[in-house]
Parts: sequence; structure tokens; C-alpha cells
Amino acid sequence: MSIDTLEPLLAEHPFLQGIKKDYLQLITGCAKNVRFEAGHVIFREGEAADQFYLVRHGKIALEVYLPERGSNSILTLGAGDALGWSWLIPPYKWRFDARAIETTQAFALDGKCLRGKCEKDPSLGYELLKRIAVIIAERLHATRLQMLDVYGARE
Amino acid sequence: MNDGPQRAGSIDPMLPAPWRIRRVRRNTRDTFTLDLEPVYAGISLPFLPGQFNMIYLFGVGEVPISMSGDPESSGAMTHTVRAVGTVTRVMSRLKRGDEIGIRGPFGASWPVEEAAGKDVVIVAGGIGLAPLRPVIYHILARREKYGRVALLYGARTPHDILYQDELEKWRGRFDLQVEVTVDNVSAGQSWKGNVGVVTSLIAGARFDPAQTIAMICGPELMMRFTMAELKKRGIGDDSIFISMERNMKCAVGFCGHCQFGPTFICKDGPVFRSDRINPWLSKREI
Amino acid sequence: MCVRGADEPFVEISTADVELCTNIRPMGAGWRSQVAAVEVLTLLCSRMVAMLIASLLLWILDRPGADTARAGCPIATVMQDLLSGQLSGYRGGDNLTTMTQLGDKFRLERAHLQQLFDALKRREYQIVGPTVRDGAIVYDHLNSVADLPIGWTDKQEGGRYRLKKRNDEALFGFNVGPHSLKQFLHPPRQRLWRAERQGKSFEIIPEVDKSPKYAFIGIRSCDLHAIVVQDRVLLRDQYIDPIYQARREDCFIVAVNCGQAGGTCFCVSMNTGPKATFGFDLALTEVLEGEHHFFVGETGTEKGREALGEITHCEAGDKEQAQAEQIVAHTATQMGRTMETSDIKELLYRNYDHPRWDNVALRCLTCANCTMVCPTCFCTTVEDVTDLTGEHAERWRRWDSCFTLDFSYLHGGSVRVSTKARYRQWMTHKLATWIDQFGTSGCVGCGRCITWCPVGIDLTEEVRAIRESE
Repeated sequence: MSIDTLEPLLAEHPFLQGIKKDYLQLITGCAKNVRFEAGHVIFREGEAADQFYLVRHGKIALEVYLPERGSNSILTLGAGDALGWSWLIPPYKWRFDARAIETTQAFALDGKCLRGKCEKDPSLGYELLKRIAVIIAERLHATRLQMLDVYGARE
Repeated sequence: MNDGPQRAGSIDPMLPAPWRIRRVRRNTRDTFTLDLEPVYAGISLPFLPGQFNMIYLFGVGEVPISMSGDPESSGAMTHTVRAVGTVTRVMSRLKRGDEIGIRGPFGASWPVEEAAGKDVVIVAGGIGLAPLRPVIYHILARREKYGRVALLYGARTPHDILYQDELEKWRGRFDLQVEVTVDNVSAGQSWKGNVGVVTSLIAGARFDPAQTIAMICGPELMMRFTMAELKKRGIGDDSIFISMERNMKCAVGFCGHCQFGPTFICKDGPVFRSDRINPWLSKREI
Repeated sequence: MCVRGADEPFVEISTADVELCTNIRPMGAGWRSQVAAVEVLTLLCSRMVAMLIASLLLWILDRPGADTARAGCPIATVMQDLLSGQLSGYRGGDNLTTMTQLGDKFRLERAHLQQLFDALKRREYQIVGPTVRDGAIVYDHLNSVADLPIGWTDKQEGGRYRLKKRNDEALFGFNVGPHSLKQFLHPPRQRLWRAERQGKSFEIIPEVDKSPKYAFIGIRSCDLHAIVVQDRVLLRDQYIDPIYQARREDCFIVAVNCGQAGGTCFCVSMNTGPKATFGFDLALTEVLEGEHHFFVGETGTEKGREALGEITHCEAGDKEQAQAEQIVAHTATQMGRTMETSDIKELLYRNYDHPRWDNVALRCLTCANCTMVCPTCFCTTVEDVTDLTGEHAERWRRWDSCFTLDFSYLHGGSVRVSTKARYRQWMTHKLATWIDQFGTSGCVGCGRCITWCPVGIDLTEEVRAIRESE
């Protein structure tokens, strides 16, 4: 897919909604289209985190591996979601596994490329961080609710 | 390889020797501690911190349980056990005077010698505090040999905290940093301490990463995340030690069950230096 | 120099008398009446006279069929040696019962093989060897040569084993069957100890080893290597398995060098055959040539040499030795499989996530056959059982397999749940992690796992697939 067709499609993704054209162009320079078959392991805990994914179609599960329980899904992401912020936070290593549950199409943004551009243009960095902070806050809030286990019976 | 107590003396590693329960203490709703004495006087089982015994209940079965007592007190044996399966559930109903069989000690030990002269960080999750307690006893018995020592302990809820009295005593010392946290506080429990995962305690622990030995014990996931946090603080792979667990039947390297990659957890472990184990921890279904 | 067997009557002669004229000292079993007669003569005459009479006897015997006689007949060569004054087999010393030095090649007639069985029985060995049963050649207790799979061969392929009649009467004209020596040295079921309860206490009663001394006949080089591989695991690591040790300590091994290779054999690739080079008391190569049916043998130990002293045999000539070498060399060219073993450990270590494992998982039934027939697989489990009264308990050990779901059970679930993980565990243990654990490969190239896999999974093919994809 050429840069020309990529840019308008990226603009449609909810994560980049309303973003300035200049920033969009910079971001597109680090983007490519990817496709994962169902079952494909996208990344593993401990691996170098160099990609930031914007999911277009399909479903991805964030998983954690326990030896006696196997892989446990802790969150699923679908169309319109953003996957991964470890590329932005040192030591730039994935904290979980991610696996495509269905055939999934996504944009993959090169983390190193993006970090480089953000260093050069801090205002781009600020814009990206604002959007990512929203995602992180939402996930944290959701996780806290999950932890409270409100559906479980009282002891 | 551990040339040590497990092959010394006349104790046959294949035959359980009888030990008597001197005292049973309830730690939490599913965890209890057995203090044992040998049935035959004069028998003692010297062990190193981190080693384990195979405990046999007549007619029921055998389970591997780490030592959790003082390595220096000869003639006594302490095991903290969590009732999770058939054998341990029967064990939880034993009383003073009952006899059990013990084979051991087995396994590689925590690097208490290697840590001498360095700072020590001990991170325990849940029942993982039990195999680490002998390390604390060992260090406190010769405190001047070690630098700064930090104990970080995470339990599920305040009711699941082990060895509360000892923890409070240790916290009172000036030469020991003790931080405790829980994952959850249920309604009705009053708890003014930390709430959060145990890795959150690492940032506040006082140690020099270039001169520190870390020892971690707990569920495998907790150990993996703790290793990642300690590495972020600058501790090298060759200074972090963890205690692994797998299905164990014979404890002497013959039955093959406890294999983890190229290692036998019963004789190459259960304590491993993390750089030896890391390539295998990142694989699945090993 | 030839020696008479023990199954014919001999005349006791006092050693002092014989010493006069020769330096032969008959000790117990070993001398036939004809030779004894010669010795009686030497009692009466000088050595010269004895020589004269001996040469007379030789002339009488050296008649039609002389070639055969010379090649196979003991008397002729005894006489020859006496005449020439070359008692080459004798080295002096006190208790010589055999002529051969360790490593010397000897020739043993097929007709005399039974004497080997007898010699072993006299030493109270329980003889175990190949025999036909239930459509396969298995290892079982043998009474005589007649119990061997005479005239049988096997046809082996992935997932396939059939017996077939040969057009000759070879005694060892087949390859390895589903059994190995594992079931004798590392028994499938074994009680470890008993315990009796007395009130609150109990007493452990260790098991007394009651296993027989085994004499294994017909063991192939791959299985000899398998024994050494298991020795390393069970005797030469941190602990010693007393059960294996007791059985291993006093066994007698008669190896057989394969005269043909099997359809799934790859001992050449694993450097474990087809020639047996160590670990045996005696080794035999079967030679069938027209009317001639004999073995070219080699002694491996003092024990073997001593037993050989009671069996009729001769020194093997150069021609016979060459024949035996040729047979084994030919076997080496017939291997049914090959496995490239260079860098195999690292190859497998870096391919734990290779898609080939998913591929084999589609075929593998996790039936555990491979682990049962593999001569080096050693995994066991222990079971604690009690009777209804609850007063008596026992601990039993039995074979287990890493293919079972239970094998990796760990509070709440199993670690290796998928077929892929379990097959991968077996294969990477056998070919890779075993090397880190014990310094050798766990595989001896016997091919049993390939033959006895119901779906014919072939680990040489799996390794090749991974290697070629790199």
C-alpha cells in the first residue's frame, strides 16, 4: 500500500481522529499495513517493543502465560483500538503476549521511527502522548474494576 | 551440582525417615507450619537455605516442600505448607505426635555465600516467603557480613500474610528494610498498609544495583515481572536468583518429571541464577 | 590353538605328571580324552616319544576332508602345535583355562553355540535373548539355542513391523524388536519399599533385591550404547539407582554384530554401530557360507574369556576375520535412515517455535509407544498404595512417559498441555537437552520409535525438515 493511500486510511482510525495534517504526515512516514492470521503470535513478553499497532479489523488478545494455566487472556482489542505503549516507555520491552484471535488487519507504526520524530519535534510527541495517556488511563480504570471482582460472591 | 548435606551421612535419599510433629501452627486459612523432631534421637538433617524435603504421609503420598526453618537449629525441621492438593490437605489435619516420613534435603540452595559483602534484596510473593525465610535467618545470624538488606513481600490479602509476628519484629530492626503489600483488601478487613503488586515495592527498596544479589520466590508470573523490574533498576541477570517449581516425584533426578529445558529442578535447582533460566522462561509449555 | 569343550568326558591327570613333558596344565573342565591319552603317553615316555606317537596319530587323522579338519577340527591343530612346539595359546601362568587373549578373534561353530548357553547356566545366569513370540522377535528367557529365532528375519518401516521367514537358518538374521534390555535392567514395575503402621508411627521396610543375574545373548551395538547411556543417567550422576545398579553389576553380555541393517536403522549416523566395540563380554558375528555356519567372535572381558574356555572354539584365521569384517561393513551401507547430527543441539534449541512442531502434532497420537520401546527412555513415576486396613503401604515405581498429560501436572493444571509441546519435549530431550544433561545424545539410532509409532512419525525426518527450512 503506498503512502498516498495509507494516509487517508490512517486519518480514519479513531486513535488519530482530528489530528493535524502535519502530524499525520509525519506519522504515516513510520506506518505500514499488516495482516495477521488467526492464531498468529504478534509479540511475546520480554521481546523488544518496536511497534505500535492501530487495529482496523479483527480481534487481538493480550495474554499472560502461567505454566500451570497456560496462556490467559486479560484483555481483547478490536477495530479502532490501539495496541501497545511499551514502545514509548523504557526499557521498550513488551510486558505481555499478544495474539490475533481472528484474521486481523492493522497499521503497524515503527516505534523507533516514531520516537525519533518525537525527539525532533516535541510538539508531535506531546500530541501522541496526550492520546496515549487517554488509552492508558482507560485501561487502568478498567483493570481496577476487573480486580475488584465485583461479580464474585462475597467471602 | 550441590556437594553437600543431601548426600552426606547415612540418610538414604530413597527411603523416608520417620519424623514426629512437635507443633502445628495455623498461619492463614489454607497455610500451616509444622515443627518436626526426629523420631530416632541423634538424627539431624543439616540443610542449606532453599533446599527442600520430600514429605511422606503414610498411605497417602509424597510432596516436595521447601525448608522454612532456621538452618542453624539442628535436630529441628520446619515446613510451611499450603493445603492445595490431596496430600497437603491430609497434612493440614495432622496433630502433635503424628509421624510423617522425610527424604532429603534435596536441591541447590540460595546464594547466601555469594551475597556476603553485598546488598541483598529478597522479594517474596505469597507462599514464596516460606522458602526464603531460612535466608533471612542465615543473614540475621551473621548480619555484619552483608550490606543493606531489603525484604519485599506481597500477599493476596491481609489475611494471607505469613509470619506476621516475625515480620513485625524484623521491621523493627534498624538494619533491615521490610516492606509488605497486599493485592486486595476485602470489605471488613482493616488495613492501613500498602495495596498494590509486590513489584511496586522495588522502586522504594534501598540497594546498590551494582553490588546486589536478589533472591525471588513466588508464582512464576510474579517472578518474571519482578525480574524485569529489578533489571530496570540495574541488577544484572547474573545477580538475580529465582526458585522454580515443576512436578516432582523422585527428587533425585531419575523420574524425569521435573525437567525444565535441560535442567532437572530437583538437582540443578530449585534455585537458579536467572541468566541460566531466562531463555527457557520465555518459551511456552516447557 | 583349539580347546575342547566341557561337555565331553575327560580324564583327570595330576598336574605334576604332565608338567614333565609339556607346559600344559589341564585345570578342571577342558580336556578331551584324546588329548588326555596323549598326556598319559607322555607319562610313560619321554617327550620325544610322545612327539613320535603324536605325529603318527596326526598322519592317521589327516585324511580326506583334511582341509575341513584343519580349519575346524581341534585335534589336528593341537597335534600340529605340539609337533611344532608352538603352544601359542599358552602363556604360562597358573590358572589358564583358555587360550585367547582379550581381543583375540576366535571361531565358534554354530553346532557348539549351545555350549555357551551351558557355560552360562553353570554360572547361574538367567539367559535372556531374542525369541519369536506374538508375531515379533522379543527378548525373553531362553533355555537353549533352539529358542532363538532360527531362520527368521524382520521387515521394518515407519509404523510397520513384520516377521518373515528367511531362506537360511541364520540364528541372528534380524534386527531389533520392540524390546530392549531396558525391561530387565530398569524394570517396568518395581516395589521400592513397604511400610507398616504401628499406631501413630510407621516403619519402612526396604526392598531386598531378588533379581537374577542376567546373561544377555544377541545384543546389538545400538543396545550396548543404550546401556551405557542409561548407565550415565542412573549410575554416574548425582545419585545412584540401586535397582539398576544391582541388575547391571553382574550381567554377562554376548553381543552380536548385525549381519543386515533394518529399514529404520541409523546407528551409523549416531556412531553406535553396527559393530560392537565395547561393553560386551563376548561378541559374535554370524557367518553363513554354503555348508559352513559359524561365528567369528571376540572376547571383551576376562569374564568372557573365562567362559570361552569352556566352549569348543579355535583361533579365527585371517580369512574368517575378513569375512566377518566384510559382513559388518556391508551392514553399515544398508542403513534404512540417516540423521545429520552436526550442531543438532543448537539447531533444536533455536527452533522451539518452528511450525514443524505444529505439523507433527497433527499426526502424533501421544500414545507413548516411542517412549516404551526406546532403549534409553528412563522416566518413571512413583505410586503410593495402601491396603484396605490402612496398616500396610507400599511405594511402587513404574515406567512413565512424558507424552501423558499428567506428566507435567503442577498444582491445578499441566504445563505441557498441547500435543505439540509433548512431542517437542520428547524429541528435544532425546536429541538436544540430553546432551547438556549427560554429555551424550539420548538417541542410539535403533529406529524402534519409527517402527513402532502407529502413524510412522520419523524423528530423522522431523530433524531434516527443521534443518532444511533454515
